[in-house]
Amino acid sequence: MLTLADISKTFFRGGANEVAALDAVSLDIAQGDFLTVIGSNGAGKSSLLNCLAGCFFPDAGHIVLDGRDITTLPEYARAAFLGRVFQDPLLGTSASLSIEQNLALASLRGKRRGLAPGVKARDRERFRHALASLSLGLEDRLQAGVRLLSGGQRQALTMLMATLAEPRVLLLDEHTAALDPKTAAHILDLTERIVAKKRLTTLMVTHNMHQALRLGNRLVMMHRGRVILDVRGEEKRNLAVEDLLRRFHSLRDRDGEAADDAMSDKMLLA
Amino acid sequence: MTYYAFIGAVEQGFVYGLMVLGVYLTFRVLDFPDLTVDGSLPLGAAVSSVAVTAGVNPYLSLAFAFMAGFAAGAVTGLLNAKFKILHLLASILTMIALYSINIRIMGRPNLTLLGKPTVLSAFTGLGVPAHAAGPLLYGGLSVLAAIALVWYLSTEFGQATLATGDNPRMITALGVNTQVTVILGVGLSNALTAVSGALVAQNQGAADVNMGVGTIVAGLASVIIGETLLGRGGLARTIAAALAGSVAYRLAIALALDLRIGSLSVTPSDLNLITALVVVAALTLPTLRARLTGRRC
Repeated sequence: MLTLADISKTFFRGGANEVAALDAVSLDIAQGDFLTVIGSNGAGKSSLLNCLAGCFFPDAGHIVLDGRDITTLPEYARAAFLGRVFQDPLLGTSASLSIEQNLALASLRGKRRGLAPGVKARDRERFRHALASLSLGLEDRLQAGVRLLSGGQRQALTMLMATLAEPRVLLLDEHTAALDPKTAAHILDLTERIVAKKRLTTLMVTHNMHQALRLGNRLVMMHRGRVILDVRGEEKRNLAVEDLLRRFHSLRDRDGEAADDAMSDKMLLA
Repeated sequence: MTYYAFIGAVEQGFVYGLMVLGVYLTFRVLDFPDLTVDGSLPLGAAVSSVAVTAGVNPYLSLAFAFMAGFAAGAVTGLLNAKFKILHLLASILTMIALYSINIRIMGRPNLTLLGKPTVLSAFTGLGVPAHAAGPLLYGGLSVLAAIALVWYLSTEFGQATLATGDNPRMITALGVNTQVTVILGVGLSNALTAVSGALVAQNQGAADVNMGVGTIVAGLASVIIGETLLGRGGLARTIAAALAGSVAYRLAIALALDLRIGSLSVTPSDLNLITALVVVAALTLPTLRARLTGRRC
């Protein structure tokens, strides 16, 4: 359903900071797949997601969604198929608008925006119902400014907004990394529920190995812009943190790098 | 201040009110400091004056001014959104270009409208007393424009425009082409400013290529004064505040012109300095207050 074929991207080409963010990455993603993507800092996880989202165009390779080549489709046009949640909880919502206005903007993702009222009376019941599923009491605060919400509440709202108009693919970019552990657990729980309920094809980038192992039916590990591990189904279920650590260590041995490079402290402690 | 000076200031506040609504749209909604207005105000004046001189109905000439202003703003928006020129610089480029264009339109640096019909003469023809006609007509027009702006910003597209200024990454991820919202938004802002310029020209009986100098600063001062007076609440309240700020600003200027300290009296040429100080004070006060009370923003 979604195919990445030999995607390469080099940033700062020719400069001192030249970095191959993506190096001939190929992935075949089936309808309903839930991929967790792990890797150390600079492995290319976020670049992979941003490339899919259209934040930049690859130097080489193709992205094909439902048989359509979307490699050079601009970011805003691609948004019609994609739901996105960012790491920064402030990025997913508009602070100067109310909860219902944010939801209304999200419900029109991929549709023409005209001169009809932004928030329609008939949508309110739907919004209230969707907000109630968050169990945060937001369903009674439709007109409240998003500015007043906490980071966790805003991230929960973003999750809802990303899936309100059902996306073909849901992209989650370390969406719990900036939250405190309790809130992160809540958002992760919500993620599992929404993805399962709507059977969404999902890519979730994470720093957290436990998360990556617990969620999804497929795990992809990246290193230096390449996919170095791609396991699914039974094989993934039998995978343990120790197996992933061994992988990282073997990388270090092979590349002769310092341990910190292949495996950040953050991943160990997570 | 005399009654007539007061009425005159209120009238000016409403005439320039449309421009202030435009500045609010770029500065506050789109977060796009737009200096094009210094050129689109005289552009509207020039287009309307030439049209009226050629025998066009003064009200219809406002529509021409609207379209010319929209085109000028769209150019600035295009330079910024498509060609990635810094918003301030893009607007300065358009403003400079408009100086030449405005002289081309008028065929000379200024154009008098003495003896020509204006929006006001059509209105006083209905039997409205002359001194009340100005504030009533211009007040009515700017309130109508304010209501239209509130409506526009609460539509699907308007809400996308609001989100563009607030969080462009988010609204792009929701499928909005921010180039379009920026170009149309800056266009609309300058369309309002040009209509304001057309009204200024008809009201004072002449269009002048230099009449736009300082428009952006006066607009900013008005927006900020309005926010200080009425606060920033919902959309309707914020836009009403901008309009009220325009009137308050012109009243403050009228008061300042009455000011005498010993042998020193304020002259019209001092107004730019005073306005600049007002804007600086208004922009720095929130930061200063936060620092003094120990809160960080």
